[in-house]
Amino acid sequence: MIPSGDYIRILPEIVLSIFGMLVMVIDPLLGENDDRKSIGVVSAIGALLALGATFIMAGHPGEAFYNILRVDDFAVFFHVVVILIALACILMSFEYLKVQEIRQGEYYGLILFGTVGMCLMSSAIELVMLFVAIEISSISTYILAGFRRRAAESAESSLKYFLLGSFATAFFLYGIALMYGATGSTNVDAIAAALRQGTPVMAYLAIALMMVGLGFKVAAAPFQVWTPDVYEGAPAPVVALMSTGPKAAAFAVLLRVLFGTAAPGWFWAVWIAAALSMTIGNFGALVQTNVKRMLAYSSIAHAGYLLVAFIAVRNMEQGVSAAMFYTAAYAAMNVGAFAVVSHFASAGEKYVSIEDYAGLGRRSPVLAAVLTVFLLSLIGIPITGGFFAKFYVFRAAVSSNLIWLTVIGLVNSAIGSYYYLRLLVMMYMKEPQSEESVPSVPFAAGFAMAGCVVATLYLGVFPNRVLQFAIESARTLVH
Amino acid sequence: MAEITTLHYLVVAAALFLTGVIGVLTRRNVIIILMSIELILNAVNLNLVAFSRLYNLHGQVFAIFIIADAAAEAAIALGILIAFFRNKETVNMDEVDLLKW
Repeated sequence: MIPSGDYIRILPEIVLSIFGMLVMVIDPLLGENDDRKSIGVVSAIGALLALGATFIMAGHPGEAFYNILRVDDFAVFFHVVVILIALACILMSFEYLKVQEIRQGEYYGLILFGTVGMCLMSSAIELVMLFVAIEISSISTYILAGFRRRAAESAESSLKYFLLGSFATAFFLYGIALMYGATGSTNVDAIAAALRQGTPVMAYLAIALMMVGLGFKVAAAPFQVWTPDVYEGAPAPVVALMSTGPKAAAFAVLLRVLFGTAAPGWFWAVWIAAALSMTIGNFGALVQTNVKRMLAYSSIAHAGYLLVAFIAVRNMEQGVSAAMFYTAAYAAMNVGAFAVVSHFASAGEKYVSIEDYAGLGRRSPVLAAVLTVFLLSLIGIPITGGFFAKFYVFRAAVSSNLIWLTVIGLVNSAIGSYYYLRLLVMMYMKEPQSEESVPSVPFAAGFAMAGCVVATLYLGVFPNRVLQFAIESARTLVH
Repeated sequence: MAEITTLHYLVVAAALFLTGVIGVLTRRNVIIILMSIELILNAVNLNLVAFSRLYNLHGQVFAIFIIADAAAEAAIALGILIAFFRNKETVNMDEVDLLKW
């Protein structure tokens, strides 16, 4: 008999699933010519209710369903981040879907279902559950990537994402199978207990294979090859979702698996992945002419900065909390940047090259100002969330004596500022190429952008509350 | 006749895994690549079931989940492939070339 308290521990997931199905039922019931905005509104309400459900869930920490899930502060933190990301993406899709003429019901349904997967990823402590959660989130994003299905780029991006994604999942599964063989259990805690007794060679192999799978999901080098192609072809609001949501969830999984199981032999693997991701991401972004592609390389670089926090082992609490803060700050600024990109792209995603942004400061001062905030935050300028995110990560790294990695990271931040600044210069110091006026931002997308601006500045001016919460939840994770 | 031990299963699984990986990396037809990925998943299943002889039923239950997931993945894959085929009239990986730097 499953105690009813268990259902409260998956309340946000239940709410999201119900609304996902509801949205898919409403779509065919509407007439061909009806306004389909209501579908988006329903799914936004679903996301809001899920956010409320998360706070109810937060009041009932503990294990659920025979130890396959654990609700703790750590899970709550990632639930909130992921659901807010989904909400912002839903809001910015209202106008986008209309402009691009995309069918709506399944689109919102898939966003909500994908969010269910990401939420479960952050609370799963059983590898079977983890696998199912990862697949729910990945399969939804595979389909979403191909939603502009009349555009060849979108179909191609979806195909690439799917092939490489399922290949990576297969590696991850092989790793899980070997881990089961090495320890006789699929529960994270039981695995940790077994590994403390001694580490069979098979466990090292298992960890290596699992890291391949998760490395793919977070787009860390050397498994980053798919990122630019997929981000360029996929619809812009979907990129906002998949560059932050599944990534945040996969980082949560990495934190739980690496620290939870006290996994052996990952230090140098993560060290190299972090250094490579930062370098490849930043150098790759320097030569891009497409904004979405540039942001894709930038997201690889940011995955690298985040990984730095993972190896700050001397002071795990600091490392874990820095990583959590970084996911939140990165989500705010990156979703915001893609909100601007998806609004500006117009029908058929026409305007996505960096030249198209020339003179945006004059053509649409507000839009340019909003994008400026996000770009400054991505660089890591003070009073934006990006500054404290980088600051905490590198502070954790220095206090764990990772001097070389810190140096590589700082040099990379300097290189990185070049391509963000190039976009700023383009917006403010170049003559506009066309006099065509930029369509004004509709309410929903504007609300999403404003929310991201507020979140970015909030994290940059008052980082303490979020950081304090992150430190406390890190404590429950590391113990 | 010598008894079949867990190790035998593991060797077969590893062989299947390698076949799958080589298939994904060298074949150019998307359908064959999908089949190769299925091979890797089956290698995982074999591993799990073999290990579950040593420990408990968890491995077998896990294998059932993987079979279900493989079915879902195949359905999605063919859907995406059809959307792709409508645009480019090909299933050859070498012609998947619109997006690159």
